Amino acid sequence: MNWSAISSIYVFELARFFRTIAQSLVSPVLSTSLYFVVFGAAIGSRIEEVDGVSYGAFIVPGLIMLTVMTQSISNASFGIYFPKFIGTIYELLSAPINFLEIVMGYVGAAATKALFIGIIILITSFFFVEIQIAHPVAMVLFLVLTCVSFALFGFIIGIWAGSFEQLQLVPLLIVTPLVFLGGSFYSISMLPPVWQTISMFNPVVYLISGFRWAFFGLSDVPVATSLFAIAGFTALCLGAVWWIFKTGWRIRQ
Amino acid sequence: MPPILSIKDLRKAYDGGFEALKGVSLDINEGEIIALLGPNGAGKTTLISTICGITRPTSGSVTVAGHDILTDYRQARSLIGLVPQDIALEPFERVINTVRFSRGLFGKGRKDTVVEDILRRLSLWDKRDNQIRELSGGMKRRVLIAKALAHEPRVLFLDEPTAGVDVELRKDMWDIVDQLRADGVTTILTTHYIEEAEAIADRVGVISGGEILLVEDKDSLMARMGKKQLDVQLTAQLDEVPESLAAYDVSLGDDGWTLVYSYDTRAERTGITKLLSDVSAAGLQLRDVVTRQSSLEDIFVSLVQKDREGTS
Repeated sequence: MNWSAISSIYVFELARFFRTIAQSLVSPVLSTSLYFVVFGAAIGSRIEEVDGVSYGAFIVPGLIMLTVMTQSISNASFGIYFPKFIGTIYELLSAPINFLEIVMGYVGAAATKALFIGIIILITSFFFVEIQIAHPVAMVLFLVLTCVSFALFGFIIGIWAGSFEQLQLVPLLIVTPLVFLGGSFYSISMLPPVWQTISMFNPVVYLISGFRWAFFGLSDVPVATSLFAIAGFTALCLGAVWWIFKTGWRIRQ
Repeated sequence: MPPILSIKDLRKAYDGGFEALKGVSLDINEGEIIALLGPNGAGKTTLISTICGITRPTSGSVTVAGHDILTDYRQARSLIGLVPQDIALEPFERVINTVRFSRGLFGKGRKDTVVEDILRRLSLWDKRDNQIRELSGGMKRRVLIAKALAHEPRVLFLDEPTAGVDVELRKDMWDIVDQLRADGVTTILTTHYIEEAEAIADRVGVISGGEILLVEDKDSLMARMGKKQLDVQLTAQLDEVPESLAAYDVSLGDDGWTLVYSYDTRAERTGITKLLSDVSAAGLQLRDVVTRQSSLEDIFVSLVQKDREGTS
């Protein structure tokens, strides 16, 4: 293991984050606050409670997940796409490192940034609503796993993308709808039966459900299923990344 | 001493079927500076990219200090530094951080004295805290070199280090390569400027169409091109060289209508004045006098042309 290389990439990537710390934090905090105002205060006043939890508190796990997923993807996809775009990838390819080390550096940094933002949002939400965390360890585990798996997914998008438009395409067309329809702002049980069934095909449902369980002890699907889903997604992404580096797909001719 | 870099029958065919390298073999000795000359599309960059791990070889082998670049890539690559042809740098990063990053990426622990030394030698120390986007093109090229040297490689590849740079900067680059020579760094540079090869290389390789056409000591190549020919065209045909001119390196050409004299332009005396006075003393009438020189450029062009005719 070339630990020096992993930490170099990790530190270098985080430095990019801290260079633009204001933008990196202000926009997720602002948008989360807007969600609280619109969904929590305006709509929440009419919904009041979901399964015994105030609506404002109920959406907190979903909001954190929403931001963490999109942040993980955009950080990781940009992190690896940018060197491809400006040409500095030559240095990665000529360095004495293997694919695992490159992934650990880039995905680790992207996941760290997303985790950081997720925690900031959690702290922000304390200002708006009263929240208790029933299973803190599980909460951290779900959060970290989500950050890592979606950063892996973002890494794949970044390798695949041939332009900045494509870089935005997958998050915009697939991830955002899945996250919005994944129960961020509602319980799946609130949907008509047909839509409940359809929702079961949305992987994000399992993640948000599990994460919400960690907060309130209630979930749409069993927690074990949630854990299994996220572990499966992580394994799938790892497999794809391994294949990319083995074949040199889109990076090494 | 075994060569530090040994390339054996290296081939590279791209997915489209284009064969960029057609069996390149080359040994490079430790400490030498070798210039690979070739026209655009000759395969220079592909050769470097394949050795450095940016593209995969189709067949053949390359070892660096005995380490195979595929099976033993960690050892092999940690000995190599690469300065790419195009300027590729993170625009918002600071100079010193990007050099430290390169060092770490190649598995070397942080050592500020080494980084400082490299930056000072490349006249970048005063700019160490500048963002890269604030630097001039020449400075950016220096940063690329600093990054390539950050992990103290034993072999350095410079891919067209002076393509599109002004005369002054080219001289600077040559000075930098000279410094590297003093440090014992083996340097392989590609160029399509012949004067560049003349100025800094110990050996010159000519590459065209994915093949190495010639590898020769620069000095012997220079000796070949340093020879100049003087053609003394006469008004009358000769059967043999007159006795009085026998002391000169003179032969008959053009069926006896021309005296051909070879001389060394770098010699202190070329002997031309004396030859011409002896020619007139011998009673010969001059019709015309022509001088010709076979330059490295001529050798290069004829090699490349021959190669193209051979393949087409």
